[in-house]
Amino acid sequence: MNQPLMVTVARKAGPRVSIAVGVVVVLVLLALPLLSLLPESNSLQVSAYTLTLVGKILCYAIVALALDLVWGYAGLLSLGHGLFFALGGYAMGMYLMREAAGDGLPAFMTFLSWTELPWYWAGTQHFLWAMCLVVLAPGLLALVFGFFAFRSRIKGVYFSIMTQALTFAGMLLFFRNETGLGGNNGFTNFRTLLGFSVTSQGTRAVLFLLTVALLLASLFVGWRLAKSKFGRILTALRDAENRLMFCGYDPRGFKLFVWVLSAVLCGLAGALYVPQVGIINPSEMSPTNSIEAAVWVALGGRGTLIGPLLGAGLVNGMKSWFTVAFPEYWLFFLGALFIVVTLYLPKGVIGLLNKRGES
Amino acid sequence: MRITPTPDFMLEPALDPNQDAGTSRDAIGLGGVNAGGLDTRHGTILTLEDISVSFDGFKALNNLNLYIGVGELRCIIGPNGAGKTTMMDVITGKTRPTTGGAWFGETLDLTRMSEVQIAQAGIGRKFQKPTVFEALTVFENLELAQKADKSVWASLRARLKGEQRDHIDETLETIRLTASASRPAGLLSHGQKQFLEIGMLLMQDPQLLLLDEPVAGMTDAETEFTAELFKTLAGQRSLMVVEHDMGFVGTIADHVTVLHQGSVLAEGSLEEVQAHERVIEVYLGR
Repeated sequence: MNQPLMVTVARKAGPRVSIAVGVVVVLVLLALPLLSLLPESNSLQVSAYTLTLVGKILCYAIVALALDLVWGYAGLLSLGHGLFFALGGYAMGMYLMREAAGDGLPAFMTFLSWTELPWYWAGTQHFLWAMCLVVLAPGLLALVFGFFAFRSRIKGVYFSIMTQALTFAGMLLFFRNETGLGGNNGFTNFRTLLGFSVTSQGTRAVLFLLTVALLLASLFVGWRLAKSKFGRILTALRDAENRLMFCGYDPRGFKLFVWVLSAVLCGLAGALYVPQVGIINPSEMSPTNSIEAAVWVALGGRGTLIGPLLGAGLVNGMKSWFTVAFPEYWLFFLGALFIVVTLYLPKGVIGLLNKRGES
Repeated sequence: MRITPTPDFMLEPALDPNQDAGTSRDAIGLGGVNAGGLDTRHGTILTLEDISVSFDGFKALNNLNLYIGVGELRCIIGPNGAGKTTMMDVITGKTRPTTGGAWFGETLDLTRMSEVQIAQAGIGRKFQKPTVFEALTVFENLELAQKADKSVWASLRARLKGEQRDHIDETLETIRLTASASRPAGLLSHGQKQFLEIGMLLMQDPQLLLLDEPVAGMTDAETEFTAELFKTLAGQRSLMVVEHDMGFVGTIADHVTVLHQGSVLAEGSLEEVQAHERVIEVYLGR
């Protein structure tokens, strides 16, 4: 059965075991940045590469969780969540570029021999305004898109195709130099964040801790939502929208709320991703990225909260190992993975764990 | 001498806080409007006047006139394609009539309200195919259907109160599903799903219930029980039952309407209707 609560997972695996595993994972995640601060001679030292890699995967895990809120609970498969992630990243990138450029124009603009900043760059030198943009850009886009899509009762595969088209359109727009956001090179060569060097170990450790905090916060929000009447209404919406309407609920509002929330979470994840990885460019908006996010959720188990995190961790962990060991075969492997999950693991890894807990 | 103000002496408020109940529009759908008191001064809860619906030239409903009184149990019968389901769609706002008017009580114009507003105003509908929230438990199904503030914000904060829980337990008892309260609705039998859907309607506390083939797929015992249930409901609420099972119609209905080709062919008690010349013609072929 398809119970939408994480609680059931916990119950089945035995609450003590789940809590113990959860606590250990959180402790390891909190220890990683501290270990990275150790001197290089120490055998416990965690390299900057590892820290960045794990931080990156944690950002992806937040995206997976956000996607699961709309897909697993409300039944809206978005194939465009990469767009919201990239928009959050770009908003953060604008601030970092201004910081790196000082009083002058960002380097790519000087290269295009522009003499002044376009209007939408106004205020981006202020960290607080950039943070507002991180929330507003994906949030408003999701609000407008969702308003029209849900009002016209677009759902199912049509909704997925439209979100896919949206992210593709976004990518084409951001590829243009005239858009004033770095063209196909995007933003890179960041120097400082609030005056701290983005490459220093301390900054990296803090960014990593912030990512862990955001992940835990999103998990908490998702858990509260899933436990509330709102969460049950989302599940009802997924299974029988008509029935829900004739019960007196307006599906549009519920969809819009969870859709915008999900987009904002993605934006925040993107904002934390950019300073850790050091680059943002339009390829983040490419449709394949958004599809990959759907694979994470499907592999982990949609409609659960832990599943998508597991999925994002597993796929990205395998990806970083595969692209080193057998670089040519990664995409084949990803495709095969999707087929196997669809055929044999309809409820994902979490479903598999549940089954073992039952027997 | 001291004069204590009594409600009788007080003036009526200049602004009726309920005057917009159930009719106000809400662009995004975040808010919810609960129905105030329904105005049924003239004893009619549902009025359909000269309703026509055409789909690409095909007239599904043709100048249909139908009145349902407060507390009445009305059965609608008619051959396939007579327009029974289309009529329910018009009443619940799923289909807009090409011409004609549909009124709930004296004041609510159903042709201008959305499905959600109509449901909130107090019309409940059971579908032909039982439709319940399969992933949720029986209890949760009833909880969602329960009459309450159904806006997004309220759902985020909602906590189940003791009296609400009692009300759900009562309904579980009525529909004989107490033992299955914590089972997912998807695991219920067809008949149990029918009962669950009826239970959800009861939780909504509607003034008018539209029931599309409620006893399809039920055993004889279940059908008998449903008939009893409907009879106890009539009087407190108005019911409109579309059914093919003549035996069932005979046990519950005091008033039957026969639809044919989108309009009313005959109306009266079941005996009267069955003796009606045109009805025999339509049902037996000419």
